[in-house]
Amino acid sequence: MAIVKVRVPTPLQKLTGNCPEVQAKGVNIQELIDDLEDKFPGIKERLYDETGQVRRFINIYVNEEDVRFLQQDKTSLKDGDEVSIIPAIAGG
Amino acid sequence: MVLREDQIERYSRQIILPGMGGKGQEKLLDAKVLIIGAGGLGSPAGLYLASAGIGTIGIVDSDKVELNNLQRQILHSSSNVGMYKVESAKEKMTGINPDVKVINHNLRVDSKNISDIIRDYDIVIDGSDNFPTRYLVNDACVLNGKPLSHGGIFRFDGQVITILPHESACYRCLFPEPPPPGLAPSCQEAGILGAVAGVIGTIQANEVLKYILGIGDLLAGKLLVFSALDSSFRQVKVPRDAKCPICGENPTVTELIDYERFCSLRKNPFGRS
Repeated sequence: MAIVKVRVPTPLQKLTGNCPEVQAKGVNIQELIDDLEDKFPGIKERLYDETGQVRRFINIYVNEEDVRFLQQDKTSLKDGDEVSIIPAIAGG
Repeated sequence: MVLREDQIERYSRQIILPGMGGKGQEKLLDAKVLIIGAGGLGSPAGLYLASAGIGTIGIVDSDKVELNNLQRQILHSSSNVGMYKVESAKEKMTGINPDVKVINHNLRVDSKNISDIIRDYDIVIDGSDNFPTRYLVNDACVLNGKPLSHGGIFRFDGQVITILPHESACYRCLFPEPPPPGLAPSCQEAGILGAVAGVIGTIQANEVLKYILGIGDLLAGKLLVFSALDSSFRQVKVPRDAKCPICGENPTVTELIDYERFCSLRKNPFGRS
């Protein structure tokens, strides 16, 4: 069970009490998101679609690496990792 | 090209930079850059590129200046409200630097016109404000082999990536699909801190200058993420996706489409199997 930092993008911060960075735990991304949902209800639905896949306009990174190119939501975590949730944004 | 005395004076502060010199300045004066969108991102980009002496700058925008633009669109002034943005932009940019030839494209890009428009430019800056245009610009640049600086902003956050088609990740390697229309609020709906646009648009100008001069490391294969509230800059890796529908091993998108039409389709709108 790893304890990691999660960087939360602006669109999701109203679910985390306006915190841009929170702490959460999990052995992998899937567990981490379940832990985030326990702490901040409603966040899971923003990240996953109805088929249980991460939405394709949101990327999750462990340190600098996109989990789509690792083991997706089975990507394992270790203490001190930094997980970033980065959605597509189009304002200009 | 021999630089005039006034040009040597004007550009002196960058000519003396290591690796720049008169030759570097000539590269800038010979360069042609297209900016799509004369708004929050296009404004700082246009201002810095004109100041640096980019010889030809094209601007694409079909809108007129509105009062609510002036909070962040620093190419335009109060006296320009009601004027076409491309005209206001040209006035400001040539006012800073008469060396710069500004070409106005007073239109919206679409699948029919974009390839012709980008053809004559060396590099494109995407400063548009909606997902359909962003995917169209990406696709047009990939299919035409045109380097692209992509930047996006939302509330207090910004993102930038430089796309070198078939060398580094394109926008669809990064985000295969856009959010559905209901989940993609505009600056009008969500808000934007003006200086965030300044940070991101200026970084885009920086990337273009580096590309033309052939110096430094580009944000190719990397996404720079800026959060204004804690002033953090992070970079994450963006690999090329072998399954990318436009630049991957088996492309399914081989021609340009107007994504506005496809945003309403439910099934497989982006050609991804």
